[in-house]
Amino acid sequence: MSVTLSDVQVGTELPAQSFDIQRVSMIRYAGASGDFNTIHWSESFAKSVGLPNVIAHGMLTMAVAVRVVTDWLGDPGAVIDYGVRFTRPVVVPEDSGAALEVGGKVRSVDAENGTAVVDLIASVNGETVLAKARVTVRLANA
Amino acid sequence: MPLDQAFVGRLYPPTAPYEVGREKIREFAEAIGDDNPLYFDPEAAQALGYPDVIAPPTFPIVITMRAAAQILTDPDLGLDYSKVVHGEQSFRYSRPVQAGDVLQVSVSVEGIRAAAGNDLLTTRAEVTTVDGEHVVTALSTIVARGTAGE
Repeated sequence: MSVTLSDVQVGTELPAQSFDIQRVSMIRYAGASGDFNTIHWSESFAKSVGLPNVIAHGMLTMAVAVRVVTDWLGDPGAVIDYGVRFTRPVVVPEDSGAALEVGGKVRSVDAENGTAVVDLIASVNGETVLAKARVTVRLANA
Repeated sequence: MPLDQAFVGRLYPPTAPYEVGREKIREFAEAIGDDNPLYFDPEAAQALGYPDVIAPPTFPIVITMRAAAQILTDPDLGLDYSKVVHGEQSFRYSRPVQAGDVLQVSVSVEGIRAAAGNDLLTTRAEVTTVDGEHVVTALSTIVARGTAGE
């Protein structure tokens, strides 16, 4: 199960995944994280500030997207750097929810330091929701 | 109204210690729908050399967001929190957060700039154990929409 340096090269693709985000996901995330920003649970408030509907916490999207890397590695503690830019809100209608599609590709490998950088591509309905989504991981030598 | 540039570099006192519990990690992992055994099973974590269950990579936001509220709600800064969205987020880890950690957070204002009529505020949160061991540094950029030109 464990991925080692010899398994990766620039361009190696990680298994893509689709994640289902529903209203209840956001309610649970609000409770667990302590982020009760109204924009994530009140449809009338979200619409009053010009959004089509309530939006998922950016941090929920960020948390879910990195699973493409941590599921691949097995050990989430091997992540040594993770950053994203939130480019488009993830709108979550009550009936359908949102499907977050995430793929990953190895951007660079540093054999000397035993690290690799993975670019994540995350989209909803074909529109990118994260930019510069980049994860640096530590990999053991095979 | 643009944000007050005098805030750049301002360092706030460390937060009260936060003790990371196994059940909090479990709750957070369940909330993000992640069933990785390292978040739930101490033996699985110990098999990989960790003293106890570890937390998901974005877990530190639970304590850094609370710490950054000191800055964001400072009336002298002039931030309209109702217009704020999250712009960017990054974490640089010395090691994963793990159950049993007693952590504190020191936040500072990393940068303030205006772009396209929006105010952008970047905060830095240094998360250490109460003994001073660095665990993770979090950089957070929030965007106050349409406030810079008012």
